[in-house]
Amino acid sequence: MAFSLFIQSLINGLNQGAIYALIALGYTMVYGIIRMINFAHGDFIMVGAYTLFYTVPLMINHGMPAWLAVIFAIIVCVVVGVAVEVIAYRPVRGAGSLSALITALAMSLFLENSAMVLFGPNPKSVTKIFDLGSVEFLGAKLQVKYLLTIGIGLLMMVALTLFVKKTKLGKAMRAVPQDKQAATLMGINVNKIITITFAIGSGLAAVAALMYCSTYPRCTIDMGSMMGIKAFIAAVLGGIGIIPGAMLGGIIVGLVEIFVKVYVSASWYEAITYSLLIIVLLVKPSGILGKNVGEKV
Amino acid sequence: MSDTAKEPVLKAQHLSIVFGSLRAVDDFSLEIGESELVGLIGPNGAGKTTVFNMLTGVYQPTEGAYFLCGKKMNGKKAHQVVAAGVARTFQNIRLFKKMTVIENVKVAMNMHMSYSILASIFRTPKYWKEEAEMDAKAMELLKIVHLADKADYVAENLPYGQQRRLEIARALATGMKVLLLDEPAAGMNPTETAELLDIINVIREKFKISVLLIEHDMSLVMKICERIQVIDYGITIACGTPEEIANNPRVIEAYLGKDEEEVLC
Amino acid sequence: MKMPKEKLISYLINLVGIVVLFLLFVALFQSGVLGSRTNYVKGIFTTACYTIVLVASLNLLVGILGEFSLGHAGFMSVGAYASAIFTNALAGKGLSDLALFVLALIIGGVAAGIAGLLVGIPALRLRGDYLAIVTVAFAEIIRVAFCNFAITGGGRTISGITKLSNFYWCFWVMVICVTIMYMFVRSRFGRTVKAIREDYIAAAASGINVTFYKVLTFTISAFFAGIGGAMYAHYMTAMIPTNFNFNYSAELLTEVIIGGTGSFTGSIIGAAFLSSLPELMRQFSNYRMLAYSIVLVIVMIFRPGGIFGSWEFSLVRVLKKAKNGELFAKKNKGGAENE
Repeated sequence: MAFSLFIQSLINGLNQGAIYALIALGYTMVYGIIRMINFAHGDFIMVGAYTLFYTVPLMINHGMPAWLAVIFAIIVCVVVGVAVEVIAYRPVRGAGSLSALITALAMSLFLENSAMVLFGPNPKSVTKIFDLGSVEFLGAKLQVKYLLTIGIGLLMMVALTLFVKKTKLGKAMRAVPQDKQAATLMGINVNKIITITFAIGSGLAAVAALMYCSTYPRCTIDMGSMMGIKAFIAAVLGGIGIIPGAMLGGIIVGLVEIFVKVYVSASWYEAITYSLLIIVLLVKPSGILGKNVGEKV
Repeated sequence: MSDTAKEPVLKAQHLSIVFGSLRAVDDFSLEIGESELVGLIGPNGAGKTTVFNMLTGVYQPTEGAYFLCGKKMNGKKAHQVVAAGVARTFQNIRLFKKMTVIENVKVAMNMHMSYSILASIFRTPKYWKEEAEMDAKAMELLKIVHLADKADYVAENLPYGQQRRLEIARALATGMKVLLLDEPAAGMNPTETAELLDIINVIREKFKISVLLIEHDMSLVMKICERIQVIDYGITIACGTPEEIANNPRVIEAYLGKDEEEVLC
Repeated sequence: MKMPKEKLISYLINLVGIVVLFLLFVALFQSGVLGSRTNYVKGIFTTACYTIVLVASLNLLVGILGEFSLGHAGFMSVGAYASAIFTNALAGKGLSDLALFVLALIIGGVAAGIAGLLVGIPALRLRGDYLAIVTVAFAEIIRVAFCNFAITGGGRTISGITKLSNFYWCFWVMVICVTIMYMFVRSRFGRTVKAIREDYIAAAASGINVTFYKVLTFTISAFFAGIGGAMYAHYMTAMIPTNFNFNYSAELLTEVIIGGTGSFTGSIIGAAFLSSLPELMRQFSNYRMLAYSIVLVIVMIFRPGGIFGSWEFSLVRVLKKAKNGELFAKKNKGGAENE
């Protein structure tokens, strides 16, 4: 029994972690390119979840698999993400990190309150997305959709890493944060690259929304904000701006949360997650996989 | 210098620093006596600024020790080194840009001020007395660097040459014994450089301080330095009077490369 | 050495200005022109007073030290709970209301200051976004802790805190707090902290113990946040840890930025205006936060330094201009922020 509880917690933790990791990837991509905490990113998840709420029944009625609704979610999230970037973030770029931060907070407020006006304050239940059942594994009941979430998380990480390392677009993405002016001189359209980064980050948020809704089939107005903070913490923990770091951080936060909840204290688990972040940052300010760079004198 | 064998003001013994696998400075030794002006020169990337960073507590040397008036300074933090009596300027000017010229100087006087937070809140007589004293002192220093009329300007609005001079005034305000100047003439035109030369002379006369100078402007270095030390790739390659250095084949090689003919044409 | 005469006069002018402002408020509430809405308006003004203290204290960090905290509500909650526990223990023990209120404020401030010191020492080794995220983490830890301690209600609302905050008292507490912070900033301490904001390496090279002054500022900022929290607790008389969540911290930071980083004038007006804005727009309840967020973005796009930038209102300057006949339609806003 004790062992099966352990396995169960492990799987739950990995599942939770994979969801955080998918969100953290979005944060890390955006932070890596414009050094900005995009507080609205968590709310992109909410946008994705509400899109799923409306489109999943639509898919089912037309006899298509429910998960295909994610295509709509991706489209909506990308449109919203790019719109936020172009309308709100682009004009304040260059006005300093504080202005960028406040704008991001404002966009987060805007998205949440728009949702409040559009969808009302009550939570909505999302129709079941995956019907994959479960398998018995070392005495624990193992939901197949959890494995799917973990698999998708890993796949995304590998795909993104390859994309950033190997493709021309990815190289441009790495060049922009190093030196915007030099990148411009090399013929890189900086604004376009940043917009594409937002599009990718928002698309990932839609996928995260799908995986989240398959585990917790509920969407609320504020679902994005706290999850967003935790995912951001995961990104910082792993080393912000580093793609595998986001994955690692996400998994760690997920595992710690579930294990603390099960084995230590259900009411203190959040405090322990945050303490972990603080300790890691104090020991290694650039995160687990980050490189320490001192300021040149 | 005095007739007895006096303790040098600043003494560095076999300083080395290693970054990863790079030995940026190797076995660097130096002695500066009272009121002496020593030049530290070398090609770009030779490790001159790294020496400064070690002598001012920004970096801790991996090996070796350095002393100020006989007191060991290893392990001291940057602000403690300043309090002990070593002040510096920066190669890439580091002023408090959004603050006024006089504020820049007064910041460096903070460690000589003693009124408490309560005194500042209640604006006690001590507050007014100290602030007025420091204002007067700061103005004096600004006069020396010819910036007295710019006291209320915001630092970032000053032209380049004046910013460099303000940095010198700020360093002087710490009341140090040794002043380290990191390329003070960089980016200056000949008139400005001449003015700087005068200022350095006035400072030495007035405050009886020792100066260690990094500089690329060879005419300046040759004119004012009493001794010169040359480093290349972190290693000291020559030491001596300006004449000795100017004729030292190793120095010429370090600056111009081995194949002289190729470089000269 | 004595205070220069000119300064003494300007301090007196400001004091007179503040007293006049206070008397105007007294007249407003006593004359009964507001009728049945008197208490409602008083409530909004009291809210504005403690918000001003909170925002000004956060501005010490953001505007003067140049670091931003997204966990200010955490320190506020420490002050709020510490002072509430204190007054609950001492209520009805023969202390006058004013004495109890002043003690509660000091207890709240000191408790939050200690929390600030404990958080600041490790956290201030980090800078920028990293520091911001660590302040979020600390504030959340404080919130979770208060949700679990029995003495703080164990996650439920604690109510029945003695109502001690009234507008008249809060007005003067606000004036005193802002004046103290202003005096701190306009002294060698503020100068030093600003130098650290501008360039911490150059500051260290000018003999400044960077860590010490950073922790000092952080602690003072937390101290005043605690006082703001104590004012809040004794005005609301009931509270729950979730009141002090991330959103509230973000709101405070927003008010600092909109007002203008480094400007106490901006903090006062930003806090007073933005804390009453949701009340004023109550009839459009669903749309008011939406409008608020749009206003925020517009301010950031067109005035990234905030509405007032680092400009400070000066009553003395206004009077001088009035004397010289240069005053053209400039409104007298009054306030404690001028020297």
